[in-house]
Amino acid sequence: MSVNMVVSHRRTFLGNAAKLSAVAVAVLAGTESLAQGSGSMQDVNILNVALGLEWEGINAYTLGAQSGLLQKPVLDIAVRFQTDHKEHADTLAGAIRKMGGKPVEPKSLAEYAKALKADTLKTQADVLELAARLELGATNAYLGVIPAFKDAGLAKVAGRLAADEVMHWTILNSALGKPLPAGGMPFGA
Amino acid sequence: MRSLPLYACAALTAQAFFSHAWAADAARGKQLYESRCIGCHSIDSNRVGPAHQGVVGRKAGSVKDYDYSDALKKTKVIWSEKTLDRWLTNPEKLIPGQKMGFSVPEPKDRADLIEYLKRESR
Repeated sequence: MSVNMVVSHRRTFLGNAAKLSAVAVAVLAGTESLAQGSGSMQDVNILNVALGLEWEGINAYTLGAQSGLLQKPVLDIAVRFQTDHKEHADTLAGAIRKMGGKPVEPKSLAEYAKALKADTLKTQADVLELAARLELGATNAYLGVIPAFKDAGLAKVAGRLAADEVMHWTILNSALGKPLPAGGMPFGA
Repeated sequence: MRSLPLYACAALTAQAFFSHAWAADAARGKQLYESRCIGCHSIDSNRVGPAHQGVVGRKAGSVKDYDYSDALKKTKVIWSEKTLDRWLTNPEKLIPGQKMGFSVPEPKDRADLIEYLKRESR
């Protein structure tokens, strides 16, 4: 993208600043008309990083399910969490498209397996530890990018996604028999 | 006891301020890394973000097999304590058009993270 196009895009964003919160609301509500033709490249970049996180989460749960290490009811919970991440990915990809961006594509399962060292997973607890680590990382990532969004509506979306990740982490942490964090406000610190 | 001249006191105060009143702590930096960075990064794997092993001293945007933004591909920034501090303070200000929306506002946190990354770069 040329500098001029970026400047033009930013002018469009500034010109539509009042609409942008409505964009995020529209994205979540599924009403597309409000979201067309507006956006900020920086916000799109952040959303694409978030989408990359979601692809990684989806594939991590696939690796866990395919490992044969997860037993019911843990397997059912993992599948449910993966479904949540697919919904997150759909939401983020939709938002990126509506803001004029191109959603990042997932890598191959083999690439995720290598990056996450799936060959080291030997027990159900190993899989849960990995999932809990990724959910906690995603929580802190979403909380960390909230101040960077130009559009407050998208910051709210990031907050809602972080809340889902906290829900996942809490259940995984409990399944591992670990205590709750000591003290309040343990996330995003 | 003779008192120090005013300009000497000012110089010492300035020196203390600019050299930081703390020693960077790699162990605390590791904790911060595992809390804040691990969502996207690993030391030795390219994930959502690039691997960090060897980051100090290398050119930005140069990790093999990582799909960088155009901004990182074109930059001439070399990662050092100083440039990493500027990056973690405000990535977009250092390299406009980059992808990372995450920043580390506290100087002590940045110093500890950089100390940890320096240790992992040896």
